[in-house]
Amino acid sequence: METRSEIDGGRGRLWLAGEMTIYEANTLQTTLMDVLDKCQNLEVDLSGVTEIDTVGVQLLLLAKREAQARGRQFRLSQHSRAVVGVFEILNLSGLFGDPLVIPSAATA
Amino acid sequence: MSMAEALQTFFAEARGLLLEMEEALLKLEDEPGDQDALNAVFRAAHTIKGSAGLFGLDGIVAFTHTAESVLDLARDGKLPVDDRLTGLFLECRDHIERLLDLATADAGLDDETRDAGAALSERLATYLGASDGDKHLPEEAVSSVERIPGSASDDNVWHISLRFARDVLQNGMDPLSFIRYLATIGDVLHVTTLPDALPPAAEMNPELCYLGFEVRLRSDADKSRIENVFEFVREGSAIRILPPGSRIQDYQRLIEDLPEDNLRLGDLLVASGAVTRRELEEALSLQSGRQARGADDAALLGNVLVSEQVVQPEVVDAALNKQKEARSRQSQESKLLRVHADKLDSLINLVGELVIAGAGLGMLAAREKDAAMVEAVSGVARLVEEIRDGAMRLRMVEIGETFNRFRRVVRDVCKETGKDIELVINGADTELDKTVVDRIGDPLTHLVRNAVDHGIESSALRAERGKPAQGTVSLNACHESGGIVIEVADDGGGLNRDKILAKARSRGLIAEGQELADADVWNLIFEPGFSTADQVSNLSGRGVGMDVVKRSIEALRGTVEIESRAGRGSIFRIRLPLSLAIIDGFLMSVADGHFVVPLDMVLECVELNGKEAANGRDYIDLRGEVLPLLRLKDHFALEGPSSRRRNVVVVHWGGRKAGLVVDELKGELQAVIKPLGQLFSGLRGLSGSTILGSGEVALVLDVPMLLEQALLHESRQLNPLQTDRMARRNVGVPA
Repeated sequence: METRSEIDGGRGRLWLAGEMTIYEANTLQTTLMDVLDKCQNLEVDLSGVTEIDTVGVQLLLLAKREAQARGRQFRLSQHSRAVVGVFEILNLSGLFGDPLVIPSAATA
Repeated sequence: MSMAEALQTFFAEARGLLLEMEEALLKLEDEPGDQDALNAVFRAAHTIKGSAGLFGLDGIVAFTHTAESVLDLARDGKLPVDDRLTGLFLECRDHIERLLDLATADAGLDDETRDAGAALSERLATYLGASDGDKHLPEEAVSSVERIPGSASDDNVWHISLRFARDVLQNGMDPLSFIRYLATIGDVLHVTTLPDALPPAAEMNPELCYLGFEVRLRSDADKSRIENVFEFVREGSAIRILPPGSRIQDYQRLIEDLPEDNLRLGDLLVASGAVTRRELEEALSLQSGRQARGADDAALLGNVLVSEQVVQPEVVDAALNKQKEARSRQSQESKLLRVHADKLDSLINLVGELVIAGAGLGMLAAREKDAAMVEAVSGVARLVEEIRDGAMRLRMVEIGETFNRFRRVVRDVCKETGKDIELVINGADTELDKTVVDRIGDPLTHLVRNAVDHGIESSALRAERGKPAQGTVSLNACHESGGIVIEVADDGGGLNRDKILAKARSRGLIAEGQELADADVWNLIFEPGFSTADQVSNLSGRGVGMDVVKRSIEALRGTVEIESRAGRGSIFRIRLPLSLAIIDGFLMSVADGHFVVPLDMVLECVELNGKEAANGRDYIDLRGEVLPLLRLKDHFALEGPSSRRRNVVVVHWGGRKAGLVVDELKGELQAVIKPLGQLFSGLRGLSGSTILGSGEVALVLDVPMLLEQALLHESRQLNPLQTDRMARRNVGVPA
């Protein structure tokens, strides 16, 4: 998977792309926690995620909870189709509380 | 833990809870405003219901549920706590106990119990206001089911609760795919994801699965097909599948069952409540609808109605209680440990072997005369002794718990007879062996019932005799010379000497004109079949007779004696050995044999001088007191050379004294008592055997039995008419 982060003062933005699956579990955890450490307000862009499984979901939930515990902002944005599909099955949007915009390409 | 073991644990715990419940109820009866007691009653009922549900004991769940609903009203202050209510709950408690007994025996419900349960449920229902007005509800509910076509209210909605094994991901399986697969056998209506088990980031292993899922699935598939979906992840996972139309209890059970111990209340409700809110109502209306169509019994219908009205508070309660339990369990776990009795027994056996081996080592060391060695061995011996005492203490329990259950007995008899009686308990913290405690309960119950029922006079008679209107029954326990003394005393009328004598004469137990000491008169009531209500009204009991009481006490190697004064009351005094396994003993030898008596029973040792040895009489003058003697050599018909110098070991038990004539005194030892084989069970005067350090066997003397023999011997030598009075005065027995 690919990750790219941009931190400007307290604000950060993290792009995640490719597979958020068990094969990337450790990379994903390290990346999320590192970036979260460095900024007060983090937005995670999921537009490039092609696949997400329980491991991915679990790590996002973990990051969300950590952020809340430390009083920081944590937001998910640009959910890709793969992410939206899983969020819908598991009914997760309520847990994250971020607006879920279905990409225009999606016809489903 | 296997299911069967878990079930046993449940039975044990449930009985403990019932005891607590009874105590709290009795307290509540004294102080109706005691909120703590009320909560304790509720908690007990609730916990029993929850655990019974786990084992599918539906009868207990259904009944306890009704009781709990009434308790809930009382807790909310909507129902005044009065005598009638506490009385009803005491009966309910007894009914739950009967249900437990039946479940323990794996027996079905008998008619009597079922009727009693139905009657109680009906009385409970009156508090719930399940009157005619409410019976219309199911019909409305039925119509609501039909009005929402094709919605979640149809019969086929399953509730599936999933907690996968932690390593499910590492095994190459994704929980997500199971949920996706569920969609192929039905409609996944709703999934709730539970992140509560996620550990802190630093401790989290991203490759383990921490999430839990609650799924609602509408499907025509049968349970086994749904179960098969999870076939490959079954191991280590907690997967619960609730069939459509499940009742509220099933959901409560699920909440109580969820592995998330520290789950926040809100999440618990989301976990099952958010789903349940609709599901429950729909399950309930289905249920009541089905019953309105004429199925099942009315009591259940009442249950459902009640539940329907209080759905939310109930679910909230279940969740709240779950939190509370989790917390209190954590604090209790550190204090108490539940250990299987077998493990304790095997530990005590091992300690016994250790004591024997230690004694052997001590002998060797003494023979070698190696000072350093002797010192080391004595250090080990001291430790072994401490280990022994510690191990024995593990089996000791306080008798207070047994005593407390008599509060109920006294209360019940008071209600029946209209007497006012106070039960006073002393020495509740006196400890004795668990097995002894378990077996002394029934005889004590009988004695207490007798004291209350027949010992204490009616209020009118008491007033006439110038006694306080309130009678007193006291239960006392204390330690005495290696045993425990338990007294059941009352300030009633005492035993009626004339009536007992008359009855004994008519039964031919004593000869016409024969005079007896008081103690012997009292002992007559222990004769089999002696006490019947019409003959000796102030002593007879119900159920077991006094002969059974005496036999059960003797089976524990104990004794019972009676003190009674006309118009002042009576005391039944039971003496029991503390424990039966390892004792401090006193070793002596007769001819070639070794004998041990419990050290606590030995008063002193004196030399038997030549004159007294020669005259052949069975008593000596001990500082002006007549001491009956028992010559062990003759008693056991031992052969072998006697030493010329003989000794008398003065032993006492139950206020009596006697001297055992032996050849040689060997001193103290720790004796591990091994029971004698079946072959020797007929031997009187021996209670076991023990192995000495040298490997030889010593026999343990049964002192109470020997004392009886010694007194008997003595009485045969004296004038039979004077016998008892003499013997008693001489050995200082209170008459």
